[in-house]
Amino acid sequence: MISRREFVVAATAAASLATASGRSLAQVASSGKLTQDDLLRFDATGKVTLLHITDTHAQLNPVYFREPSVNLGVGETKGLPPHVTGAAFLDQFKIKPGSPQAYALTSEDFVALAKAYGRMGGFDRIAALVKAIRAERGDDNVLLLAGGDELQGSWTSLKTRGEDVLQALKALKLDAMVGHWEFTYGADRVKEIAEAGPFAFLAQNIRSLEWQEEVFPAAKVFERGGAKIAVIGQAYPRTPIANPRWMTPDWEFGLREDDLRRQVESARSGGADVVVLLSHNGFDVDRKLARRVKGLDVILTAHTHDAIPMAVEVDKTLLIASGSHGKFLSRLDLDVKDGRVAGYRFGLIPVFSDAIAPDAEMTKLVADARAPYAAELAREVGRTESVLYRRGNFNGTLDDVICQAMIEQRDVEIALSPAFRWGTSLLPGDPITFEAISNATAVTYPNCYRSAMTGKQFKDVLEDIADNIFNPDPYFQGGGDMVRLGGVGYAIDVAQPIGKRISNLTLLRSGAPIEADRSYTVAGWASVNQNVEGPPIWEVVERHVADRKTIKVEPNDAIKVTGA
Amino acid sequence: MMLFEQSRSRREAMRLAAISVAVAALTPRLAFAKPEDVKAEMDKLYGGKEMATGKLKLDMPEIAENGLVVPINIEVESPMTEADYVKSVSVFAEGNPFPRVLTYHFTPACGRAAASLRMRLAQTQNVIAVAETSTGQLYTAKSEVKVTIGGCGG
Repeated sequence: MISRREFVVAATAAASLATASGRSLAQVASSGKLTQDDLLRFDATGKVTLLHITDTHAQLNPVYFREPSVNLGVGETKGLPPHVTGAAFLDQFKIKPGSPQAYALTSEDFVALAKAYGRMGGFDRIAALVKAIRAERGDDNVLLLAGGDELQGSWTSLKTRGEDVLQALKALKLDAMVGHWEFTYGADRVKEIAEAGPFAFLAQNIRSLEWQEEVFPAAKVFERGGAKIAVIGQAYPRTPIANPRWMTPDWEFGLREDDLRRQVESARSGGADVVVLLSHNGFDVDRKLARRVKGLDVILTAHTHDAIPMAVEVDKTLLIASGSHGKFLSRLDLDVKDGRVAGYRFGLIPVFSDAIAPDAEMTKLVADARAPYAAELAREVGRTESVLYRRGNFNGTLDDVICQAMIEQRDVEIALSPAFRWGTSLLPGDPITFEAISNATAVTYPNCYRSAMTGKQFKDVLEDIADNIFNPDPYFQGGGDMVRLGGVGYAIDVAQPIGKRISNLTLLRSGAPIEADRSYTVAGWASVNQNVEGPPIWEVVERHVADRKTIKVEPNDAIKVTGA
Repeated sequence: MMLFEQSRSRREAMRLAAISVAVAALTPRLAFAKPEDVKAEMDKLYGGKEMATGKLKLDMPEIAENGLVVPINIEVESPMTEADYVKSVSVFAEGNPFPRVLTYHFTPACGRAAASLRMRLAQTQNVIAVAETSTGQLYTAKSEVKVTIGGCGG
């Protein structure tokens, strides 16, 4: 029996965001105890319920995940969710500081609130919520969809090539999913997963290079609550650029707006009452797409890991952002009348692991999947005195540790660490286990290379990556954060165009400016090139943490940001 | 039915090759065309005549997945009758070594004025297509294609 944590919060607030009606979470928390019933309380509407999870990154068990404190928007998205963080986020959504929502949705007081409210997510908790909602609404009225990045991000998923999560998704009775990191298991494995079923693996935007034929089914029509619901799949359109193209060499991706329009038309002419895009585009891309592709009732967004406690309406399309790492389950009730959506109610349900009685079957499934790796996962390598996290536009303390590990273990002047948005957080005092290290590093192309780069090449790379985040046109944004640097400081003006954003590049060990023509020793990992040599990054980090025993990260003041 | 013509005559190519060699002796990098070179080439072909947008559709990815083989689909709205048909479609690249990439020639017997090709793009640049009809109308479309050196997503 799991111990139920007492939720004691001093504040009271009237905000009612995470539960659609009745007692708000803040009210609940202020009364002392948050229960599973409080999380599930929902003022149902219509007959159809869509449930959405996304970017769980193979975190089968509850985790800490600190939301970003810096998540800048440029151009037309400046100041709009999800580009609102911290106190401004609490303000915009009228969330009381210190409340459960504040903990779930922002980085404000993260360490203190993490200790008060505990870990979030876990497939056995998600399963309990999903089962309860199915029981409330009826199995035939609920559609469960996953937005991709479900099969990668942990040691066990890496070792089983996603099989552990796949079994968990099947047990959840998933109806359909799309992909991104799934493709880094290689084309054959993804085909195998897609064809094994029973859920649909959809992608309207993948074609064979040679013949331009569909590689996966584009869409599937489900009958739920007496309505025909067409779900169109959209894989991450930049997979062959952001991840190794050689792993899916015969496939072409891309946004494929025109093809999507055709899918919408074909769904409508086929009698669909509701058209849903199950997307891995990223929130800003989908916000733009919603204006350009008509006829989508709902876009279930993913990729950029945003958690937004309300549906964002763009013209007639509802955009849902369900967070990451299993922290949230989105519930969208639709009232379908005369072949269209007449009304809706939305709730972003925070998966507070200590408030939910886990589903016993799923607990067992997860434990069994982890058992063969239990010793490795539990191996304590060191401890941290600092909070370790990754998310944020420019740096995260966990990446600072990874960069320092590369500088010391690979003996280089400069370290580059990819700005993935996945990876779990650790609290001060937590042990750094091998599992914690692998939660931030488990990729199928982990080699930590040691190489040389001129100052000019280095700057060009930074400019290229900065443009991938801060290009004012969302269709040119790839959805990662800024590459993490060790040994180098710089200034960035995010409002400038490519080639003009980065300045004042400085080698921190000497304080000297980076010279365009000089060659520097550089280490990095997760290169998209084939046949990269070097030890896997988790070994490099493990050696570093073992050497240090205790990790303490000083505040990173090497990056000066302007133009935001 | 569709005829394919290299963008340069053999003589032109020889001359350009000679220039490239000369340039190569000075710098190890290829010289790239500039937007002005494309404009000059287009002026030479079309005499600076006005061009309309809308009828020519140039479909390219916003970001090249592989800069060595970037897919392009071109389609021009036209009745394709003896009285009114698309005679040619040329493709120009503002940041490749040569401003004109190729020209397609069509006849009414083609039925459709459509073509697909894959081209190499040396860097982020505009690709421009121009269609000329038998009645002397010019249609154009432009697409910026980004060629990345190191993507980072996830």
